[in-house]
Order: sequence, then structure tokens, then C-alpha cells
Amino acid sequence: MKRAASNATAGPVYKPRLSARAKRMRALEMFLGLILAVIVLAPVVWMLLSSVMLPVDLTAKPLKFIPDTLTFERYAQIFRSETSSDPAYVFRMALGNSLIVAVCVTLLSLVTGTMAAYAFAHVRFRGKGPLMMVILFTYMLPPAALIIPLYRIFTSLHWLDRKAPLIILYLSFIIPFIIWVMQDFFGSISRTFEEAAQVDGATRLQTLIHIFLPIARPGAIATGILAFLMSWDEFFYALIFTSSLNSKTMTIAIEEFNGKFTIDYGMISTAGILGSLIPVLITVIFQKYIVMGMTAGGVKE
Amino acid sequence: MRLRKGEERYAAGLLTPAMLIVFGVIIIPIITTFIYTLVNIDPLSSHQGEFAGLSFYIRTLRSSEFWADLGRTLHFTIASTALETILGLLIAVLLNQKFPGVAILRSIIIIPWAIPTVVNGSLWKLMLNGEYGVINAVLEKLHLISSYQSWLGNPKTAMWCIILADTWKMTPLAVIFFLAALQGIDQSIYEAARVDGAGALKSFFSITFPAVRPTMMVIIVMRTVEKFKAFDIFYLMTRGGPANSTKTLMYDTYLQAFTNLNFSEAATLAYLIALAVALLTLVYIRLMRREENA
Repeated sequence: MKRAASNATAGPVYKPRLSARAKRMRALEMFLGLILAVIVLAPVVWMLLSSVMLPVDLTAKPLKFIPDTLTFERYAQIFRSETSSDPAYVFRMALGNSLIVAVCVTLLSLVTGTMAAYAFAHVRFRGKGPLMMVILFTYMLPPAALIIPLYRIFTSLHWLDRKAPLIILYLSFIIPFIIWVMQDFFGSISRTFEEAAQVDGATRLQTLIHIFLPIARPGAIATGILAFLMSWDEFFYALIFTSSLNSKTMTIAIEEFNGKFTIDYGMISTAGILGSLIPVLITVIFQKYIVMGMTAGGVKE
Repeated sequence: MRLRKGEERYAAGLLTPAMLIVFGVIIIPIITTFIYTLVNIDPLSSHQGEFAGLSFYIRTLRSSEFWADLGRTLHFTIASTALETILGLLIAVLLNQKFPGVAILRSIIIIPWAIPTVVNGSLWKLMLNGEYGVINAVLEKLHLISSYQSWLGNPKTAMWCIILADTWKMTPLAVIFFLAALQGIDQSIYEAARVDGAGALKSFFSITFPAVRPTMMVIIVMRTVEKFKAFDIFYLMTRGGPANSTKTLMYDTYLQAFTNLNFSEAATLAYLIALAVALLTLVYIRLMRREENA
């Protein structure tokens, strides 16, 4: 992965004259590229359009693909509504809950996961191999295998419909993910840095904080973003464990737009746009880090 | 020896916070769920509290419903994993070329992946709607259909709708993995092949494919695990319907646990899914090890 960039930018810039065959090839590539762009963007553009189209236009037949009038009323409703029974208000609160949960999960999982990953990569201890297998399995484990006892335990502890227990639940599968990706990333950092620092009389903890973490920062950013996205996206635990404005997350609020209330296409689209805004922005801005984080956990060259 | 003890203590210190949270959540429920598979705890059963041995497993494995669920789960898993892998590779090969606009394409390709699963599910549900959906409108305009179809309401097409939605969202992930692998290939090999008279297809199968094969194996195993336990998109788009045509093992587990209150049946199904996932995880680790040694 690390040598990936080399041939993308290699060589001086010059423009060879293209042969007829190469020109045809380029035209074909551009044509396929255009189709690809349409397939990728059309559903997103349609969601955006649906969020600002008048209800009449949304259900018109035949459908007018380009509306005459636009309305931003739904966005205003979501940001302004103060009625607690209004789905728009519920959605705004749920966005807030999702944000709080995701930020807490990201910070807590990064700190604890990074420490553990460092131990896996650079400290010798017994049972490392089997423990790593357990960690990986924990990450892959379907939550259905835990859900009934968890529900009973949480009920008896009065932990239903609260944010903190939800955060702990999310940590239980996001920490293993961070350990898995980060230990691989740490493993690629040479031990010689550490040994040099130790010769200079630094303690192990000092080496970790002053030498290791700065080198590992890109990896931490990558996994942190992925942790945030995983938490933002989570549905199953939220479905079982949240019920009111106390803890209901964005994913549940969107699901309710689909079912509980009369189906309002415009509102579902508006909520969808707002729910996608943060992850899409993060992903596009930090694309390089994310690609690195994902490929570090999955593929080794 | 003293050094070794110090190492272990250091490791324990670093591992403790993470392990406390992870195992604190997991250990009791995973053992309890296993007990539920052996002891009847169904609140509505007349045998509640009785030791059942392996009878829940036997009953599950003998029921035609389980095999139907498994068939639908495999349909979804295999079709969407295959589509994502093949399309992912083809798109990555395209995006690895140099042509005007390719840089923009490379940065927008990731957008569907970033959209939350729940949003993706409701978006496709809207677009596929039988009365007003935009997909019906487009297909009718292109004269591919004569009247609006209820894609999600038809047992023959519902599963394919979910596969479509999932493929749209997840193919970018495969593209990104494949692009990373493709960029590691030395371009001069292609030049040499061209000089030797190899065509585009020949160089794809003798240079590109072997180079991306390890990546492909990882994608296939990784995605298979994820698909096998997919739940959100089924809940969002069809809730297992119509006529059970999208009821997968995961969805059935949810129904048994939270709608039918058959806790022991649900626990047994969950354990069978976990077993399949564990086997796939072992395959995954094998693959990673082989890549490391290669």
C-alpha cells in the first residue's frame, strides 16, 4: 500500500500524440466514466431534489424530473420545530444523540484500542496469538448472539433508553476493530525507533507517547474516522435499546419516518440528506486516510 | 526473566481498559445465550425451564423454514458479494487509466459507501416505490416497462431490489481495495507484454488478475461475513416480506426473539449464525497468513 503513489505521479509531464486507436480507447473510457458518474450520483441527486420538491410534484404522474418550484420548508422545519411530537423535532434531537454517542465512542475506542494495539504489535506477552483471534471473532460476532441476555441485563439495571449504555455497547465491537487495524499499522513501524529511545534512557511509556504516537498519528486518524462512521451507522442495538428522545439515534429516527408516521417522501429525503451530511463530508475530506485505514486492516502486500 | 515479567506487566496495563470493556459486555451474554439454546426459556412454552439438550438444534436443523432462510441468506450473500467483487474490479481497472475526469471520478466513487445504511435503504425504497418511484418513471420513459411495477411488493423481485441497493452502496469499497492493489503493479510489465504482442484481455488475465487475486480473496471473505449477518437493510426495505421472500437467518432470529418471543429458538439460530461466522473468520485468518508468508 505504501508504495502506491509512486507510479501515479511519476515521470515528467509530456503529451504524446495519440494514435487513432488510443483516441478511440480514450473516448470509450470517458464514456464509461460518464455512465459510472451518473450511476454513482443519480440516487444522491434524486434524494437532494426530493428534499426540496413540493409534495404535489413528488407524487406527480408522469414524474417531472426537473421541478419548477423548490421549497426549503422541510429543512427549516427540522431546524426550527419545537413541538416534541413533531417528527422533524424528533429527528433533530436524534441527530444530536447520534453525534454525542459517536464522538464519545470515537474518543474512548481510540484511546483504549490504540493502547491495546500497541501491546499486540510491540510488547511480548503469552497468549498473544489466541487473544488476537478472539478479538477478531468478537468484531465479526453477530450481535444477535448477545441480544437476548443483554436486553434482560439492561432491563434489570434500568439501562434501557440511555446514551451511556449504548456507548458501551458500541465500544464492544468498535474497540476490537480498532485493535485489529492498528496493530497491523503499528507492526509496520520499525522497532529501531523505540530501541534508540530506550538507549537514550527514555522509559517505555515515554517512548510510546513521544516517539510512537506521532508516527502513528495518520493511522489513528484513519481508524478514528472509521470508528465514528461505524457508530453513526449503527442500527441494531439502537433499535432494541432506545425508545425516546433520551437516546434515540439518527438511524432510528429515519426508520420511523419510513414506518410510524404517514410516509412523507420529502421528509424522508430531507432526513436522509442531513443524516448523510457528516459522514459524506468526512469521507470526501479525509479520503486518503480512510483508504489507508481500510486497506491496512484488510490487505497486506 | 525479570525483563520478560516486566514486558508482561506492561502488556497487561495496556490491554486492561480495552479488554474490560469488550469482555465486560460480551462474556456473560455469550455464555447465557448458549445456555438458552440448551434450556427452554420461551415464556410462552409449556416446557419453560426444562433442560432441552440439543433438541433445539435438532429441531432447527430439521425444519424446512431454517433451510429456506439459509437459501435466501445465501442468495443475498452470494449475489451481492459476486456483483460487488466483479463490478469493483472492472471499475477499478477503469479508474486506474488516465483520461480527462478520472481524478474527479476517483473522489466521488466513495460517496455511496459513506451514506448510512439506513439512509441507503430508505432512499432505494423511495426510488423503487410502486406508485410514485423515480425508477418506475425512468423505466416507463425508456419504454422498458409498460406500467409502474411494485418492485418491493413482488416476491420475485424484492430480494433483487435489496441486492441492488446493497451493491450500489458497497461496490465503492471493493473499488478502493482493488485500486490500491492495481497501483502497486509496475506499469513497465504492461509495456513489456504489449511489445510481446499481448492484447488487452491477455494482459488483464496474465498480469492484472494475478496481482489483484490476494485482494480479491480478502474482499470476498470479508464481505461474505458482513452480508451473512446483514440486518439493517432488510428491516428498512422489506421487513422480511413480501411472503417471506426476503426473510434471512438474521431477520428470522430477530423475529423469533422480539416478535414471537421464542427466545430459545432465536438463541439457537444466533449460535448457528455465529458458528458460520467463526468458520469464515478462520478462513479469513488463513488467507491473511498466506499473504504474509507469500
